[in-house]
Amino acid sequence: MFGYPGGVVLPIFDVLYDSKLKFILTRHEQGAAHAADGYARVTGKVGVCLSTSGPGATNLVTGIANAYMDSIPMVAITGQVKTFLIGNDAFQESDVTGITRSITKHNYLVKDVTELARTIREAFYIASTGRPGPVVIDLPVDVQQAKTEFIWPEKVEIRSYQPTVEGHTGQIKKAAKLLERSSRPVIYVGGGIITSDASPELMTLAKKIQAPVTMTFMGLGSFPMTDPLCLGMLGMHGTAYANHAIMESDLILAVGARFDDRVTGRIDAFAPHAKIVHVDIDPTSISKNIRVDVPIVGDAKKVLSELLRLIKKSPDTSKWLHTIEKWKEDHPLFYKKDDLLRPQYVIEQIYEATKGEAVIATEVGQNQMWACQWYKHGIPRHWISSGGLGTMGFGFPAAIGAQVGAPGKIVFDIAGDGSIQMNIQELATAVNNKLPVKIAILNNGYLGMVRQWQELFYKKRYSSTPLKNPDFVKLAEAYGAKGMRITKKEDVAAAIKEAIATPNVVVMDFVVEPEENVYPMVPAGEALNRMLGGMA
Amino acid sequence: MKHTISILVENRFGVLARVAGLFSARGYNIDSLTVSETQDKTISRMTVVVNAEDEKILEQIKKQLNKLIDIITVVDYTKKEYIERELVFIKIAVDKKSLPVIKKMVDKAGKIGSASGLAVARILDKKNDSIIVELVDDQERIKNFLAGLKDFKVVEVVRSGRIAIAK
Repeated sequence: MFGYPGGVVLPIFDVLYDSKLKFILTRHEQGAAHAADGYARVTGKVGVCLSTSGPGATNLVTGIANAYMDSIPMVAITGQVKTFLIGNDAFQESDVTGITRSITKHNYLVKDVTELARTIREAFYIASTGRPGPVVIDLPVDVQQAKTEFIWPEKVEIRSYQPTVEGHTGQIKKAAKLLERSSRPVIYVGGGIITSDASPELMTLAKKIQAPVTMTFMGLGSFPMTDPLCLGMLGMHGTAYANHAIMESDLILAVGARFDDRVTGRIDAFAPHAKIVHVDIDPTSISKNIRVDVPIVGDAKKVLSELLRLIKKSPDTSKWLHTIEKWKEDHPLFYKKDDLLRPQYVIEQIYEATKGEAVIATEVGQNQMWACQWYKHGIPRHWISSGGLGTMGFGFPAAIGAQVGAPGKIVFDIAGDGSIQMNIQELATAVNNKLPVKIAILNNGYLGMVRQWQELFYKKRYSSTPLKNPDFVKLAEAYGAKGMRITKKEDVAAAIKEAIATPNVVVMDFVVEPEENVYPMVPAGEALNRMLGGMA
Repeated sequence: MKHTISILVENRFGVLARVAGLFSARGYNIDSLTVSETQDKTISRMTVVVNAEDEKILEQIKKQLNKLIDIITVVDYTKKEYIERELVFIKIAVDKKSLPVIKKMVDKAGKIGSASGLAVARILDKKNDSIIVELVDDQERIKNFLAGLKDFKVVEVVRSGRIAIAK
């Protein structure tokens, strides 16, 4: 549990004082929410955060919205003013259930202590089942102080909440038939694969029908990038070959993905030749953005297993795979391999040094997109990054939460010099709790992604994007972490090695090429095959 | 196109705000909304009438309504066999000349049954200078009745919003 104390949660903190529950004090409530999120992503368990009322609760809001957009199981407990004061503009009062209504899967205001045990049980159940998401429990201080007999509800029964997990057999049969007859199939997967632990089924299916696999941002780690069938990520900063494959495909099997606008580009030009099978546990995701030929509501793992059982013969995709191989040769991911210290190189070196086994958190922006492209993701629950909401300042506190959830793992936060400063105060949390996260700042002196858009679409008018930064090495040292500055390409590998060998928190300040861009890039609202740059 | 959507919900605080939020977040105006307990005290029924500017968006709203934890079922009556009624109170300023004319209109409206049954139309309250008319009817006939009053001085119209039941 991550959190921050305050006036109306004093009774809870008093109990935590000698409780066995592991509580980690962050330096900002936003950090607590992101840490709970990171913990949940790496473990698959529900992450918990706790704050006081008013500003404590509103500081959690960004973290809750972030978890909501990425379907992360989380329970956020907020203190509330005394029941009889609610609505009276009391000190540190805010309408938390009102504020969080549209960014939670569900929320509760508990007005009676006899309801508390059931509410907590339900909150964890709702957060972790179906399409996961955050649940807020708003808890007035007088309810915290009230006494009742503790009865733990063994079973949760909510008549209005029964997620569909088994896919409709008839629909799965239809999908199987389409796959058997397809000659240019693409499997397009998202975070649903990670959530339902369906990577093994995905792997078996891809091999069985010899279909290439492309992943959304949220799906990274679900299928190894080192596999010949892997197309990497698709969409705005996806690989050229993944986007070409979508545009030429005759059948797209979408599993646990939601056809986000960053994935589809111009919607009416998306996959013009393909029939689309869409598997998702959330019926509202289906046919939301894109017309779907075979909708299947269900759990990814269950549906994929059933699909595997029903596919009798594998299609002949050899010609298709050959075409894709050619695209891979002609349009690989590319950056200039010269003597300059380029950010992509740093990420490649992190991959090399950790053999791809590290947990990789990122901030948001160019650092994040390079981390998608240049780290060969291959293990589920090792990719911790803010997808839907795109929250700067997420990576570092999330890495702290991930380190709590995976104590034996090397955890990196790949950061930009802009976003790291949004929650840099959590250095105190990491150092004090001996959570040896390695922060790799790709320091280009700009808010890089915004600068890139200004370069490409606003005539290089760099409005409010150049940054005058603090000395990150000194800053790290002030917090009791290790600070390193790397300015030369030849020093990168050794520095990363040293950081990994250091048992403390390490801040690596990589002073990289200032105006490097993320390519390829599909400009917003363009068709997927209208890519800019990045060609060898 | 107008849709009449019937929603069974848990009878708890906050549910109305959740339902209304899905419409308001998209800038959708709700034409009418009624909420009350059903035969089961733990369940309430909401009847929402909304004008769908885009059928695809309404479809999405209905799915998202279904997804809300406190919502038990969502039924769109629009393409189903159903009966709907609305209760209307109309306060009309009257004088000696207009009163008999309005009385006649009310009597007539009460006598002619609507397509699915007998409508209610009666004078509930009478003062020297005003009367209150009660009307229980379907949308078309309420509209016609109100249109028939255009030459009189209508002081206030209070409508309950539609309720509907499937046949």
